[in-house]
Amino acid sequence: MEQTTKDHSALAQQFNRDEDRVDWHDETLWWIREKRDKAAHQLPEWESLREAASQIKNNTLSNLHDYLLQFEQNAIANGLQVHWAADAAEHNQIVHRIINEANVVRIVKSKSMLTEECGLNEYLAKRGIEVIDSDLGERIVQLAAEPPSHIVLPCIHKKKEEIGELFHQHLGIEANISDPQFLTETARQHLREIFLTRKLALTGVNFAIAETGEFVVCTNEGNADMGAHLAEVHIASMGIEKIIPERAHLGVFLRLLTRSATGQPITTYSSHFKRPREGKKIHIIIVDNGRTVQLGRKDFRNSLKCIRCAACMNTCPVYRRSGGHSYHTAVAGPIGSILAPNLDMKKYADLPFASTLCGSCSNVCPVKIDIHEQLYKWRQVLVKNGYTPTAKKAGMQLMTWTLSSPGRYHMAGKAGRWVLKNAPFAVNNKLNPWYRQRDMPEAPELSFSEWYKQNKKN
Amino acid sequence: MKVGLFVPCYVDQFYPGAAIATLKLLEKLGVEVVYPPKQTCCGQPMANSGFEHLTIGCNELFIKNFEEFEYIVAPSGSCVLHIRDHLHDDKQPEAAKSISNKIYELTAFLTDVLKVKKLSAKFPHRVGIHQSCHGQRGLHISSMTELVAPEFSKPLSLLQMVDGIDLLQLSRKDECCGFGGTFCVTEEAVSVKMGKDRVADHLEHGAEYITGVDMSCLMHMEGILKRQGSKVKVIHIAEILNAG
Repeated sequence: MEQTTKDHSALAQQFNRDEDRVDWHDETLWWIREKRDKAAHQLPEWESLREAASQIKNNTLSNLHDYLLQFEQNAIANGLQVHWAADAAEHNQIVHRIINEANVVRIVKSKSMLTEECGLNEYLAKRGIEVIDSDLGERIVQLAAEPPSHIVLPCIHKKKEEIGELFHQHLGIEANISDPQFLTETARQHLREIFLTRKLALTGVNFAIAETGEFVVCTNEGNADMGAHLAEVHIASMGIEKIIPERAHLGVFLRLLTRSATGQPITTYSSHFKRPREGKKIHIIIVDNGRTVQLGRKDFRNSLKCIRCAACMNTCPVYRRSGGHSYHTAVAGPIGSILAPNLDMKKYADLPFASTLCGSCSNVCPVKIDIHEQLYKWRQVLVKNGYTPTAKKAGMQLMTWTLSSPGRYHMAGKAGRWVLKNAPFAVNNKLNPWYRQRDMPEAPELSFSEWYKQNKKN
Repeated sequence: MKVGLFVPCYVDQFYPGAAIATLKLLEKLGVEVVYPPKQTCCGQPMANSGFEHLTIGCNELFIKNFEEFEYIVAPSGSCVLHIRDHLHDDKQPEAAKSISNKIYELTAFLTDVLKVKKLSAKFPHRVGIHQSCHGQRGLHISSMTELVAPEFSKPLSLLQMVDGIDLLQLSRKDECCGFGGTFCVTEEAVSVKMGKDRVADHLEHGAEYITGVDMSCLMHMEGILKRQGSKVKVIHIAEILNAG
């Protein structure tokens, strides 16, 4: 997958060159946000559910060490093989080792954003292992050699005509087919053959229950189940934050997850994996990859409460109009913008600024992560650590110098208004990003403070 | 009751009409209003850009100018939210805290402190309300579409007291306009697209005016309207509540 050096703003500008597509993308995701609203409003206890979920996750994060060990102990007792990976590289090595031990070169994988985060597909491809993604959306972006643009709807940026073209090129259907039912059936037949022939399946994990040592995988397509049930070896990859303490807590999250994600009451399949069937193996890989660092950041630790529903993306007015790829990270949108700088501040220094801080993300978050407040706090951290363009820094210093003195402020204001009135060409030009598509405000004769001085006594 | 009037810097320089209307409206309602002449800016432009550490000068000035008042009122949700959430001064933390507790956005001051029940305003026009995010989601001056909670709106309840006003319903009731402070220039493409979409929602529903509690959002939408050659105007809510 293509590495990019462009920042969010430049990539978003590129996306905005096709305004009709921006409108289509915005409206598609807004429709999902509306479905989420309807589903939420059907539950009078919605806000209490969010609060309960938030508190369960807070408890989990505060006792993560103990819950993880409890989970491991119970999982081993159930007959699962448990592996620990400190980072992406170790995770990928463990997966590769298990694949080698199983003596296969082709595997099937259901959706796992963790494996996207770890760059697993590229890693395995370089070692001669073929990975087929079995989630329909992921399969489509895989055929297009693109990363997912959305964590729940990986190919939401693709129109059905483009999907028809991909299937024409890769799956041998006739050209110019865009009927969704036909395309879905094509994918179904194609994937069926994959499920039947792959001996090793990899899945993600939505929830891992400490009390029982079982894990739960949620899908709408049943693809995780098809892969895992037909294979001899099942690898499940999970971030350390996927733990919940007890089975009783699961209901809280299952009720919230898909209502927040797509407006459905529950995922079509919420499958529990507890012990391997006779002659089969289940491996679970528990991955840190920077999460304990984030856990140690007081202001940002609760970002680990995230259950990956993507409600924050669907509601985000910036995401809807810039597309998932503009975030150049596995998890896009508001939540991605507070998770990514933890992994690499330099590379993702632009993301916390890709927001107006409108706060809609925090309001839809089913586990009540204060996303927009963390965006604000990341901005402070990034600036303090020197990840700011020089021009911006100089501009801010000049602004501070002006605004910290009433005399300088009034002089600057007067000068600015004079320029707007008498030399508008100095600001009304293409060097001014405001002016490119917006007119400047009209400069009044008197500022309020000047008017006040003339009209009122203080 | 003595109220200190805080006029955000860009309102002072570009939209004095909004500040004059705020002053006159408060006086009409029997409030003694003082405008401390040495005020500048709340510091939000720097803070939201990641330079909160540069706001020390602005914070000191703000405290000096407004410490003495019983209440501080500003015709802006955004600047008030910034003061509430982020005003700090290590040398005088108590003074900073007390200011954060007594500063009000104009419409919330009218409904919550003055408990205004009627107004003598008249504004016979078709008007769309833009819910500025910081007032709404930050200061909770109106309910939010994301939450499962009873509906209310302080600005709307005041506009409904205005004679002759025709308030329209939007397709997207509380979506951000895309101004976002320095976001409007650093993310120009998305900012403009968000602004165009917001403006279009008002235009589709026949607005003659777009109003709101924050002139910054309105300035952004005005820039787009003017570029489109539209005759639709933006107007601060204080100017409507003080009209006629």
